[in-house]
Amino acid sequence: MQTVFEGKAWPLLRDGKLIDDIDTDMIYHNSHLAITDIKQMGQYALGNLKGYESFAKEAKPGDIVVAGQNFGSGSSRQQAIDCFKSLGIGCVLVMSIGAISKRNAINSGYPLFIVEQIDLGALKTGDTIRVDIDKLEITKAGQKVGSLAPISKVQRDILEAGNVFEYAKKL
Amino acid sequence: MPKTMIEKILQAHSKEDVNAGGIVWIDIDVRSARDFGGANVVKAFNQHYPGDKVNDVSKTVFTFDCNVPANTIAYASNQHACRKFARGQGIKVFDCDAGIGSHVAIENGLVVPGSTMVGTDSHLNILGAIGAFGQGMGDQDIAFVFRAGKTWFEIPETMKIDIKGKLPKGCTAKDLTLKVCGTLTSKGALGMAMEFYGEAIDSLDLAGRITLASMATEMGAIAPMIPPSKDILKFCGKASGKKVEGVFSDKGAKYAKEITIDISNLKPQIAKPPKPDNVVDVESLKDIKVDSVFIGSCTNGTYDDLARAAKLVKGRHVKEGILASVVPATMAGYKRLLKEGHIATFVEAGFLVSNPGCGGCASGQIGMTGKDEVQVSTSNRNFAGKQGDGFTYLASPDTAVASALLGRIATAEEVK
Repeated sequence: MQTVFEGKAWPLLRDGKLIDDIDTDMIYHNSHLAITDIKQMGQYALGNLKGYESFAKEAKPGDIVVAGQNFGSGSSRQQAIDCFKSLGIGCVLVMSIGAISKRNAINSGYPLFIVEQIDLGALKTGDTIRVDIDKLEITKAGQKVGSLAPISKVQRDILEAGNVFEYAKKL
Repeated sequence: MPKTMIEKILQAHSKEDVNAGGIVWIDIDVRSARDFGGANVVKAFNQHYPGDKVNDVSKTVFTFDCNVPANTIAYASNQHACRKFARGQGIKVFDCDAGIGSHVAIENGLVVPGSTMVGTDSHLNILGAIGAFGQGMGDQDIAFVFRAGKTWFEIPETMKIDIKGKLPKGCTAKDLTLKVCGTLTSKGALGMAMEFYGEAIDSLDLAGRITLASMATEMGAIAPMIPPSKDILKFCGKASGKKVEGVFSDKGAKYAKEITIDISNLKPQIAKPPKPDNVVDVESLKDIKVDSVFIGSCTNGTYDDLARAAKLVKGRHVKEGILASVVPATMAGYKRLLKEGHIATFVEAGFLVSNPGCGGCASGQIGMTGKDEVQVSTSNRNFAGKQGDGFTYLASPDTAVASALLGRIATAEEVK
């Protein structure tokens, strides 16, 4: 299981602060909901989030998205997680998350983690950061810039298994 | 240990000890998918369980309510993929004519107080209106539950909300709901269950309880829980043909938070775009001109909501140049409105009346807002891009009707 994620940071910022309440329509707009092929989903990631309309074009596999409180609130659409998977985004870090999106990430085995604390002053767009889910640490050039909240056993087990379907086979 | 409503309901569906903070496996009484998400559920099911049957066909349903009838080939194909899967499995489909799945589930007694139901509708926790556990989930999650009949669940803590005072004259359940949402904000109940108490709650009818429960999602809550009244128990008993007792919290149950909201001086409320918790008094926005009005949705599309709106409309006409639409939540409600002449009232008054469904929230059933268009809607979300490209204000059917008649944001008091 991958426990260390290293990539360029995409803190989703407005007025120098992480944007709160990024709902599922901003992440993956409902006009693209008829799509069922995950490969097609990445191009619409954050397409309805002001200032980040070109995110999908600019982001590279392995990049790390950092968002504020109540990320992924709103609808139950799996696409709001799958679009990041589709783009190959390494992991998504959030200050807090809507309940359904949290389950969607966990069950599909997507590495999305809750941030306990992060030093935004030390974190600029494009900085390479390293997320270690064993140490619950976020570092930049060896310096600690933040920490993760503890990860539940279910989430670790499902990440380990790959997804909830594989996880359930082992029970 | 004394338990909250959600702990007690889930305890009755689990072999493990259920307490807030724990993660346990729970049995799911009703497993559903709607047209949004449904095709992905089918795809995931076929991918992970090729050739398998669902766990219990009698407990599994499809409810098409978002894009009804489908207005693009892609949506039509998705719905048809669900239908074909359902036919092969023997699963009941509430098709494009049926209405909003959560309302259909209550009306038909698929769920009763104390039941558990999951589906791809993020407002499925609306079932807290009858004291049942409903939960919206993504398509992978639902595909898993279709096969397993159960799922893991993190038991939330519960917040207790005491509503102090009676609902003042001129205010409706929607005004109460918006007041609670504005007070708590979008993150106020994040990750928690909510229990509602107080005289005003006790006296809410089913329609009012549905309205209140429908916006728990906009307060970040996992699930709202409204202790069922005698009337609710009676209604659900009749709908299901079962003996229904209801589940109530234990005396001494532990709450993570307790708050009191006084509504004795409440005035009609409205949420300004782009957030449902941007709530102010309707009278503070009276200068704002309106282009369109939508009455319906899982929040305010019941027979009671629309009959009340029709009574206010009767004998009057929508202001010239305003597009006003009505979408009943279910076919049963639509039929009753039709029989009692309310549909005729709306049509005579210049409202566009559509077949039952989600209406304005699901991008298409009765059109969307254009750039800069100002809409008053009785739904529950006014996020940027949700109902189109315009500005959506969330309000009660009373306020929506008054705004349609006067062409500006207005209270019902002004048209009486």
